[in-house]
Amino acid sequence: MSTTVEKQFETVIGLEVHLQFHTKTKIFCGCANDFGRDPNSHTCPVCLGLPGTLPVLNKVALQYAVKVGLALNCKINPYIKFDRKNYYYPDLPKGYQISQYDLPIAQHGFLMIPTESGPKKIGIFRAHMEEDAGKLIHDGQTQSSLVDYNRTGTPLLEIVSDPDLRSPQEAYDYLQTLKLILQYLDVSDCDMEKGSLRCDANVSLRRCGEKEFGTKAEVKNMNSFRAVKAALEYEELRQSKMILSGERVVQETRLWSEEKGMTFSMRSKEEAHDYRYFPEPDLVPFTLTEKNIDDVRRTLPELPQEKFQRLQSQYEISAYDTQIIIQDPALAAFLEECVAVGGVAVKKVCNWIIGPLQQETNTRKVKFDQLKLAPKNLMDLISKVEGGVVSNLVGKDILKMILDSGKTAEQIIQENGLAQVSDDGTLDKVIDEIISQSDSVVQQIKEGKESALGFLVGQVMKKTQGKANPKKAGELIRRRLSP
Amino acid sequence: MISKKDVQYIAHLARISLSENEQETLAKDLEGIVKYVGKLQELDTKAVEPTTHVLPINNVFREDVVRPSLTQEEALANAPAKEAGSFKVPQVIE
Ligand SMILES: [Zn+2]
Repeated sequence: MSTTVEKQFETVIGLEVHLQFHTKTKIFCGCANDFGRDPNSHTCPVCLGLPGTLPVLNKVALQYAVKVGLALNCKINPYIKFDRKNYYYPDLPKGYQISQYDLPIAQHGFLMIPTESGPKKIGIFRAHMEEDAGKLIHDGQTQSSLVDYNRTGTPLLEIVSDPDLRSPQEAYDYLQTLKLILQYLDVSDCDMEKGSLRCDANVSLRRCGEKEFGTKAEVKNMNSFRAVKAALEYEELRQSKMILSGERVVQETRLWSEEKGMTFSMRSKEEAHDYRYFPEPDLVPFTLTEKNIDDVRRTLPELPQEKFQRLQSQYEISAYDTQIIIQDPALAAFLEECVAVGGVAVKKVCNWIIGPLQQETNTRKVKFDQLKLAPKNLMDLISKVEGGVVSNLVGKDILKMILDSGKTAEQIIQENGLAQVSDDGTLDKVIDEIISQSDSVVQQIKEGKESALGFLVGQVMKKTQGKANPKKAGELIRRRLSP
Repeated sequence: MISKKDVQYIAHLARISLSENEQETLAKDLEGIVKYVGKLQELDTKAVEPTTHVLPINNVFREDVVRPSLTQEEALANAPAKEAGSFKVPQVIE
């Protein structure tokens, strides 16, 4: 952030997040909600907007919306309806989008984001259901655009925050926090690159101490959280420069360009803001009783913040470790299954999960829950490392082999003769050989240089292909060289 | 009062083109319709709950079960122009 912005202006940001639900079918018709296929292969008269068809609401889409509303501490409206948002664009076959105007499913919620000065409450203004539009492919050469309506009718929830965010970093943290909650709820893939989670930002500046909001710009076309942050940082700078030079910020929609690292005014859609909302006559209203809402409430999983607190106090692991563990619900579940198996300190299990196991997930480019690993199998492996049966290094190799073959640690150690060499006789022989070849290092050790000892242990490990027990080897070398 | 300019604006939003004559006739027609509906303004509705739908029916749902979609050929059957399995429209610039 520029120092100018820091000193003179306060940044005000509100975010609109569009979330695609991963229901089996679309929101108002039985077409498969799966648009990565051949263009226009997942449409029907309803989602193509053919005359005479009627939309019918997907029950699960409504349940998902209630679920998200509850997780974001919202008030669920007992009576909701849908409205038509009218605008003309080729990706919208009916000429209107079915959305919710004045009676949205959820309102007045909040979530807590981490900041340097502790947790901060960010208001959720509202969340409403709507249908997604189709996809347009622009073909510069033929002066035409191609339309694929597969995505049309995908259930969306638009989550609108209050203008409570005060920096691009807070906006970034809000998105991270929100995404994690949504992942825990298991209602969406939450994949920004695939477009199942999208974010538009409203940003304005005001002089510090002022109560009124400044004129805002709406920024679109960011396809990662990082891009949202970068676009907001750019806008902070652009708007502060304008205000400082006496220009007026205009209310407009701007597009973020990833390549140029700038936002650009999008004048073409300016006139289209007369949406002429009116109640959707093709859909009857919906009522939600206390019981309906409670039924959904009972399906809520333990949410990230709750899990963080419970894991930390129950297992006495560090805040840092816990934070990593809760980033993936599958990871947290796995840790708890491991702990249930028992036999190893939780801290050690954590280290294995956060360290070698995460590394394997990354190099294999899979999600954690796609790894073939029984908690019992990992716990046996850790026990063997802790008990000195194999070294830490060999342990990591065994982990790879477990993931590749699904075999147990014991099987792999047996089959490959990986058990650590700890018996004095075998190690002595190796150490003799190494000491006789390392006069200068031996001299250094005798002069009291501790790090030189590590070098010799390393040589022993190399000679035994990692099978020597390093602790034991160190002891033996020390004993040998002690005066 | 509905002006010709109002008619032009609404026609543009709906992407329909109207002749000068049609614009004048429609301005008059719309004026009449608005006046007719305006009659309702005379009623005292202070004690009446806002109505969004007139039918006494709520909660019509569909189960989340996949039903067959149209084939690509069927979907595109009435398209005035098509290309590469898609509807082809005049270029829209983002
Ligand atoms: Zn459909």
